[in-house]
Amino acid sequence: MPGMLYADRIGHTFYMPDGALPALHNVTFAVAPCSLVCVVGASGCGKSTLLRILAGLLKPSAGRALLDGSPIEGPSPRVGMVFQKANLMPWRTVERNLTLPLELNGVPRAEREARAAALIELVGLEGFAGAYPAELSGGMAQRVAIARALIYRPGVLLLDEPFGALDALTRERLGSELLRIWQASGNTVVMVTHSIQEAIFLADRVIVLSGRPGEIVLNLEVPLPRPRALDVVHSAGFGALSARVRAAIGA
Amino acid sequence: MPWRWLVSPLVALALLGLWYGVTAADLLPAFMLPAPGDVFEAFYEALEAGSLPYHIGVTLQEVLLGLASGLGVALSLGYLLAKFPLFERILAPYIVGLQAVPIVAIAPLLIIWFGSGTQSKIITCALIVFFPMLINTVVGMRQVEPDLRDLMRALNATRWQTFRYLEVPAALPVLLGGLKVSATLSVIGAVVGEFVGANAGLGFMINSARSVFDTPTVYVAVFTLTLMALALYGLVGSLERRLLAWQRRREQPGSFAS
Ligand SMILES: Nc1ncnc2c1ncn2[C@@H]1O[C@H](COP(=O)(O)OP(=O)(O)OP(=O)(O)O)[C@@H](O)[C@H]1O
Ligand SMILES: [Mg+2]
Repeated sequence: MPGMLYADRIGHTFYMPDGALPALHNVTFAVAPCSLVCVVGASGCGKSTLLRILAGLLKPSAGRALLDGSPIEGPSPRVGMVFQKANLMPWRTVERNLTLPLELNGVPRAEREARAAALIELVGLEGFAGAYPAELSGGMAQRVAIARALIYRPGVLLLDEPFGALDALTRERLGSELLRIWQASGNTVVMVTHSIQEAIFLADRVIVLSGRPGEIVLNLEVPLPRPRALDVVHSAGFGALSARVRAAIGA
Repeated sequence: MPWRWLVSPLVALALLGLWYGVTAADLLPAFMLPAPGDVFEAFYEALEAGSLPYHIGVTLQEVLLGLASGLGVALSLGYLLAKFPLFERILAPYIVGLQAVPIVAIAPLLIIWFGSGTQSKIITCALIVFFPMLINTVVGMRQVEPDLRDLMRALNATRWQTFRYLEVPAALPVLLGGLKVSATLSVIGAVVGEFVGANAGLGFMINSARSVFDTPTVYVAVFTLTLMALALYGLVGSLERRLLAWQRRREQPGSFAS
């Protein structure tokens, strides 16, 4: 069941030995069920911090995050998280990496394997169930990470620059893949990215954070029709949208 | 490279030949270096008489029990040290201090405290094994990737699950490295204990044979100890190959089909 996220005046300050470091300030936005929202902003503006708060990994110092109306107080099986690095366990095969979340929850083996098989197909890794992470390319590893986040059947999928470490071509391909997976699994998705083009191509809504502390400077709806083909990036509408996002980041 | 498997046996054979040559040419007096045949004869006699199996049994028991208890303490203490930095700050000076005490020097004390039976040897052995294993445990636990810890947290893993599914497998390569060192050290530990005061074991066998100038028997015991250490090392090695099979899955850079 797709979830609805709400960030309610979230602020966060890190207290370091050499002073306070405000990372986020008064961040408020809503993510509609089944929608895909991208968060962009300069490096260090608090994007990962925001995502960690939404994932329940970090308690914000101000405001709160809500999932379907109730406060997020810790990690929940309703929220799947994909980190910047694939974060796979090198000693587990692809299949056993996928089923780790289920193992931790005592799901019986037969069901674990069935779900893993379905997800391996969904992310297009047929034939690699028994491979170890060291035998995968960066893009393949990231697909495994996405599949692992989906295995709980979470309502919300959070992705922190999942394609950040990949080359441009693989990145484009995986972006289209993500759209396909998103449509097939019907999740609510929040994704952090560095790339304006990627954000507009993927998202229903693009949220732009300013430099430190991160504050929302633009919450832009992307009215481009779906399904989107890769060449949508050359359209006039796309150009206008990316000009607005770029201006907001620069401001 | 099929001939690679021949190299080690060939080296052994060459050394045996050299040994034989030296004794046949009378380059060294027999009480220093007995002929291979004499050593083999002594070996056979000790085997027949049952003294060799008996001493092997005693030493092996000391080694295994010492290794097990040293490992047990080192693993649990190492885990606590890695987990709780405060604990480490308090204990580190004492642990390093303990390591600075030469075990050989306190072996006589251990005999005084625990008697000349197997108990004192087990403790000597455990003490020698303890430190390298402790260090490796701390290092192994510390090198667990913080990102994977985040993952376990995001998955709501309990402390026990994090230990079982993340910390143990992640630290395993380093732990097994420590175990390799410890396995060979454990034999040394037991023999040191036996040298100082014992009435059984391979170290005792060396001591008593030496006192009656029975050099071939000394050699028999030395070879047996070496084989014991090698066997333990090999055992850990095969354990490593089984448990860390995933590490060898990646094709080695520059390796052509062999
Ligand atoms: N655990 C932490 N302790 C202290 N400061 C932190 C911590 N995590 C992040 N910060 C600081 O908070 C600010 C925001 O960090 P964050 O990782 O959220 O940025 P980001 O937008 O994700 O950057 P990037 O695009 O480079 O990943 C940075 O200045 C960073 O130094
Ligand atoms: Mg980040």
